[in-house]
Amino acid sequence: MQEEFEINSMENENLAFKTVGLTKVYGEGVAAVHALRGVDLEIKSGEIVVLLGPSGSGKSTLLNIIGGLDQATDGVAYFQNQELTKMGDSQLTRYRRDHVGFVFQFYNLMPSLTAFENVELVTEIARKPMQPDDALALVGLHERIHHFPAQLSGGEQQRVAIARAIAKQPTVLFCDEPTGALDSATGRSVLKVLKDVNERLQTTVLIVTHAAATAGLADRVIHFADGNVRKVLVNDHKMDPEEITW
Amino acid sequence: MKGQAVAIGLVIAVGVLLLVMMTGLVNSLDETRRAYYERYRLADIFAPVKRAPDHLLEDIARVPGVSGIEGRVTGAALIDIPGQNLPLQAKAISLPDFHKSRLNDILFTKGRRLNADHANEILLLNSFASAHGLQPGDRLSATINGIRRDFRIVGLAQSPEFLYTTAPGELISEDGRFAVIWMSQSALAAVYDMDGAFNEALISIGRNANMAEILDAVDRILGPSGGLGSYSLDNQTSNRFIVDEIDGLRATSIGVPPIFLGVAAFLLYIVVSRMVQADREQIGLIKAFGYSNTEISAHYLKFVLIIAIAGATVGCLFGIGAGRTLAVYYLDFFKFPFLIFRLDPGSFVISFAVSVLSASAGGILVLKGILELTPATAMRPPAPADYSRTGRFAVALNMFLDQLSRMVVRRMFYQSGRTAGAVLGIAGGMALSVSIITIMSGFDRTIELSFSVVDRSDLLVSFFEAVSDKTIFELQSIDGVIHVEPVRFVPAVLKNGVNTYRGAINGLIEKPVLNRPVDGSGKTITLNPHGIILGSSLAGILDIKSGELLEVEVLEGRRPTLLVPVVAVADTLIGSLAFMEIDALNRALKEPNRVSGAYMRIDLNKSDSIYEELKNMPTVAGVNLKSNARSALQKQMDTGAGAVRYIMAIIAAIITFGIVYNSARIAYAERSRDLASLRVLGFTRNEAAFVLLGELGILTILALPIGAILGYYLSFGISSGFSTDLYQIPAVFTPESYGAAAVAVIAASVVSGWLVKRDINRLDPVLALKTRE
Ligand SMILES: Nc1ncnc2c1ncn2[C@@H]1O[C@H](COP(=O)(O)OP(=O)(O)OP(=O)(O)O)[C@@H](O)[C@H]1O
Ligand SMILES: [Mg+2]
Repeated sequence: MQEEFEINSMENENLAFKTVGLTKVYGEGVAAVHALRGVDLEIKSGEIVVLLGPSGSGKSTLLNIIGGLDQATDGVAYFQNQELTKMGDSQLTRYRRDHVGFVFQFYNLMPSLTAFENVELVTEIARKPMQPDDALALVGLHERIHHFPAQLSGGEQQRVAIARAIAKQPTVLFCDEPTGALDSATGRSVLKVLKDVNERLQTTVLIVTHAAATAGLADRVIHFADGNVRKVLVNDHKMDPEEITW
Repeated sequence: MKGQAVAIGLVIAVGVLLLVMMTGLVNSLDETRRAYYERYRLADIFAPVKRAPDHLLEDIARVPGVSGIEGRVTGAALIDIPGQNLPLQAKAISLPDFHKSRLNDILFTKGRRLNADHANEILLLNSFASAHGLQPGDRLSATINGIRRDFRIVGLAQSPEFLYTTAPGELISEDGRFAVIWMSQSALAAVYDMDGAFNEALISIGRNANMAEILDAVDRILGPSGGLGSYSLDNQTSNRFIVDEIDGLRATSIGVPPIFLGVAAFLLYIVVSRMVQADREQIGLIKAFGYSNTEISAHYLKFVLIIAIAGATVGCLFGIGAGRTLAVYYLDFFKFPFLIFRLDPGSFVISFAVSVLSASAGGILVLKGILELTPATAMRPPAPADYSRTGRFAVALNMFLDQLSRMVVRRMFYQSGRTAGAVLGIAGGMALSVSIITIMSGFDRTIELSFSVVDRSDLLVSFFEAVSDKTIFELQSIDGVIHVEPVRFVPAVLKNGVNTYRGAINGLIEKPVLNRPVDGSGKTITLNPHGIILGSSLAGILDIKSGELLEVEVLEGRRPTLLVPVVAVADTLIGSLAFMEIDALNRALKEPNRVSGAYMRIDLNKSDSIYEELKNMPTVAGVNLKSNARSALQKQMDTGAGAVRYIMAIIAAIITFGIVYNSARIAYAERSRDLASLRVLGFTRNEAAFVLLGELGILTILALPIGAILGYYLSFGISSGFSTDLYQIPAVFTPESYGAAAVAVIAASVVSGWLVKRDINRLDPVLALKTRE
């Protein structure tokens, strides 16, 4: 891995995200928490980026803002050529609906819907969705697709969540600690799915994780600390998920 | 959580407030009535007689159990008030010349006592005087025993005997319509030729005396002098009314607060169980640290108890204040001169017990489940709810439902207990609304039926005594009189076994047109010369059915005792009426062709000249306009115990809204994480809200028919609570009342939905990404 210096050298139309002076402050006065302190960042379309950093450094906050879930306090964030930081709730909803897939640590499946239906939930409203079966096949689920979340293991639930995230064929996929609740074998298979999706659909993938080993998967690794980017590393030796251990 | 705790505390407070207020009110009125009766020595027994020599009083005093006695002279009077085109009826009563009344004392409100040396001095009933602006010093001309005289009002007074006064032939009390005048014994005795005699004995009895035996003994003593049947205070008109109104309030005080407390208990249970569920991981942790189950339970119960006790305390405090305010309001209505405010200690005990128990029950049930888990299991977040069984349920429906709708339907099936609870709760609100609207229409119906269907006359003329039916022709010949129908009133005691009622029999012509007994469909019941027709409430009091024999002790003339079959029960809603065919009644009394009054339909344009003519007829004792009676009844219903219906309407609205709103809130709290997830997935605010509001909508739709059915039955209970001796409130079901109730419930749903929707709009999608709460 080597440190990258020339962030701005990339071509603009190839950018998925760009932030300039992105700032997020929670609370006011003495109680104010500066979660992001003027983040300047660019993420290319189609790359896998892993965000590493100590707890409380602002990784989730960044993800939430460029994922259209939260408002920045200051600065700008672009998705392609649209300014996310100017959008209102309905535009952000539109953005999430059409472009964004999320995978969370806690899966967040609808317990009242089967695996298949959880995926269908999204394909019903997406613009150019895949068939739910295909999405589930992509994550390696064939048999248990008509089971309810309560009948699935953690890893299976996480794979359903990924299937749900990718079924709309999103432009970007945000994963906040996708393997946090999984054992390493299951975690690896989840990472494999993320990598597959990235390769097949050219989806930009952003992974927040504490498992530094996950960085082996990335095109680039962004180190976060104290609400800002500390360093950005380009990964020369992209590893297969199978090789990753933690 | 804090907001909800306050909301629940408030619901408890309102329930408790209502209980404390109503029981306090009823207790105070009861106590005040008792004290008023006691201080002014209201008699326990009234014994009217034609003319009895004074020495019989001593005989009565010797009857075992009799503790006090007073003889007095009473009689009917007519008062001329300048500016009134009709004379007003009054009762003249004697007061002892030289001492205070031993029984039925009066309370002076103004002026001075009578001077027995001046025969023209009178005291006047306070409420009548104020209705006509009369003052001590004013003159009043009255006709007593056929002789017209001028009197001087020297004072105003009131008495527990005349809290509720009606002129003979009238059902409804109106202050300005009936007067009581008190005169000195010597003056009134002179008018009625009652020197050394009395025509009414007042008797008080000892605490353990046997009422029935004393009544019998008194009747035996007075019989030869023309005794008209002694009766106890229970049968005294004014007291009967007062007791009935207080009973009406008592029925409300027993019936309504439990509903409120029940709702509060239910809500508290839900919230506490939710709270404990949410804290499950913490509980596991604390257990792992070595805290005992008792210590943990105590911690949670503390929270619950604070809400319950705070709510109950606030409710009690405000309930005491509200009870006093309401009692003061009712003082006026009942004409009590003072108030003894007495709270019901039982209501405090019940309030605190119900609040605390229901609150603890919710906490304990849920806590128990969690405490049974090992700390390790408890610390793990609960697995996703298992829908595998419920999910299969509605497979057939899946074809028609998108995923969001499936979520709605499945959750309702999954939490079927909670769904049923919510549906029942909303149905309860619907039932309350239905019954309160039904009762409201019932009040209107009572007035409508009584004054438009049953009584189609314009006025009722009553005579001093039964007169020849030739008088009817005299009335008919007055210019402007359209129709005249004779009536014979005969005071009587009606007996069926142990059930007795002291009232009157109305003798009507065979096919009456103006005032008539009607059946359920409003058709006239033809009078049968061989039997008696009872109003439905009287039939209820006497517990007698059509076809059974009724004993009638006539209290007039020859005073025969008749045994007549009940031939029909009429659909009356005011008064407790009995009807017989007039000729048959006269025959039984051996007084043929007598009438004691007449119903008349008149040309209202000529009413003034008609009144003038009636006023000049010496036989006419009173003229009652139906329009007066109608507005008097309306007023009665709006100020007495009936007024509580408005309070109940407000409460019904609060409960309905409270239940619906809380159902929505709880559903929101339980699903906010799922809703946030939906928002993350790109669902709009409205789409996310659909999951919740769809459920609320379905709950409401399910609740409407159930509530309609519950309301049907509840209406009967509530209407009998509002029915008094004076008027009965039928449960009147109309499509409109159901419609209005449904609108109320739907409105509550819409408002609740709107309030929750505001929260959904503000919902932060990031919530979904955070660890489970
Ligand atoms: N809603 C909030 N209100 C106040 N402070 C917040 C809020 N959300 C996050 N913070 C604070 O902002 C800072 C950054 O939080 P963030 O969740 O982005 O950290 P993170 O890098 O994702 O940490 P972790 O690795 O533990 O998930 C932290 O100090 C956190 O306490
Ligand atoms: Mg984080």
